[in-house]
Amino acid sequence: MYDLLKLLEDNARYSDKELSAILGISGEEVRKKIADLEEDGILRGYKAIVDWEKTERDVVMARIELKVIPKRDRGFEELAETISGFEEVQTLYLMSGGYDLAVTVVGKSFKDIANFVAHRLAPLESVQATATHFVLRKYKDKNTLFIDPERDERGVVL
Amino acid sequence: MTDYSLLLSQRAKNIKPSGIRKFFSAASEMKDVISLGVGEPDFKTPWVIRKAGIASLDAGRTWYTANAGLSALQKEISLYLKRRFELAYAPENVLVTVGGSEAIDLAMRAFINPGDEVLIPEPSFVCYTPIAELCGARPVPVVTKAEDEFRLNPDALRAAITPKTKLLVFPFPNNPTGGVMRRKHLEEIAGVLKGTDIIVLSDEIYAELTYGEEGHVSISSVDGMKDRTIVVNGFSKAHAMTGWRLGYVTGPAPVMEVLNKIHQYAIMCAPTTSQYAAIEALRSCDDDVLKMAEEYNKRRRLIVMRLNEMGLSCFNPGGAFYAFPSIQSTGLSSQEFCERLLHSKKVAVVPGDAFGDSGEGFVRISYSYSIEHIKEALRRIEAFLKELRA
Repeated sequence: MYDLLKLLEDNARYSDKELSAILGISGEEVRKKIADLEEDGILRGYKAIVDWEKTERDVVMARIELKVIPKRDRGFEELAETISGFEEVQTLYLMSGGYDLAVTVVGKSFKDIANFVAHRLAPLESVQATATHFVLRKYKDKNTLFIDPERDERGVVL
Repeated sequence: MTDYSLLLSQRAKNIKPSGIRKFFSAASEMKDVISLGVGEPDFKTPWVIRKAGIASLDAGRTWYTANAGLSALQKEISLYLKRRFELAYAPENVLVTVGGSEAIDLAMRAFINPGDEVLIPEPSFVCYTPIAELCGARPVPVVTKAEDEFRLNPDALRAAITPKTKLLVFPFPNNPTGGVMRRKHLEEIAGVLKGTDIIVLSDEIYAELTYGEEGHVSISSVDGMKDRTIVVNGFSKAHAMTGWRLGYVTGPAPVMEVLNKIHQYAIMCAPTTSQYAAIEALRSCDDDVLKMAEEYNKRRRLIVMRLNEMGLSCFNPGGAFYAFPSIQSTGLSSQEFCERLLHSKKVAVVPGDAFGDSGEGFVRISYSYSIEHIKEALRRIEAFLKELRA
């Protein structure tokens, strides 16, 4: 099962037939395993990895650290649900260490991000402090390089 | 101007030049060519091994080592051979060489007298015949066939043996076919050799890339074979260390004495930095080796399925990282197939006859590439076949 997940994590577009050959199991088994993994919420989705830098569209990304006062009964959950609901938010992690929540946000401009922090995050009741860091360049994401791969220098050896 | 052809050695001049060099230099100059031609891992040497090499340089360990290699490395190799293949060789009988290639050269030079016959299963790696010829031997090809899954057939072996037979080259897992010899097949070969004086030169460089439950079995571990077997192995394929040029050879003590003697005068010692790195490779990288082998195994299953699907009948290779499909159904020769594939679809594969006449009608396809790369190359090969058949 881990083999299958690892393969799909590398490339979600393998056909069932390819997966069946690579894993040495039947196509029927592949389909059943994938259906089970989706059912169990282990496979959460299949999405493309886009390098927006190479397009005309302006994209600005920031990582925001939030210090939070947890609610007595629900801890960080309530706030996390609220923040997850904002469509600008790409990732949201609960962290150990100097702050509590790490939020990755995407917008069209610096102003977009600033507005998001000022008007959406900062006013939230349990948010104590925010620190916003803008992303300058993306080198690797989803285990995929965003820089050109090295040239294959190997020659033909018999 | 001196006429060098009058001066150069007759044996050196008689070596057949590689016929496909031209083909691949043409391929390397074309743009956007996708190659499936290489014969080395796509993985980089595991990081801890590289680090150990760098650390040895930082520490200034830049001298020669003992001729036979660092004693710590000899010991690690001895432990490794026991751990992985149940082979018992004392550290002092292990000789560290410049790749498996040097080990093959040493073994041939140590045994061959002019006129001796050397049996070479074919198709196979290209170095055995020229080295045997340089030693004055007569190379005798023993053809392996797709219907035998490219194993050395015991009857074919028996038929090739004459009173002059000195050496049997035993290259399994095999480059280019991917053929492997399981224990029961090795026992059959041992049966044929019993009662002869034939020495077996077992080139096990692809040992770690043997697929399936059973794993690699060395012919040296078969009853009665150890006394007549020279085992060659190395770090190139298993540990993704081709550029470090490090291999080793072991065998009966009196033989190793002679190999050491030749090595001492011809080479002095294997590269020191590589030897320090290799100690780390054997101490801490068994898992990396297995992981890489499992990656190759995935690619192997994919490539074999796809080749058969597109009508190039391909036996299921049990080892190494090559598929060796038959292209006879296309009506083209190996060379024609490769040239036309290169020019029409910009995919480079190696014609089978580069590995001996019996490789005609096959091509070697390396799967030492990422799955994405392999998929794209296969897509192009499929399109090529469709056009060919239209």
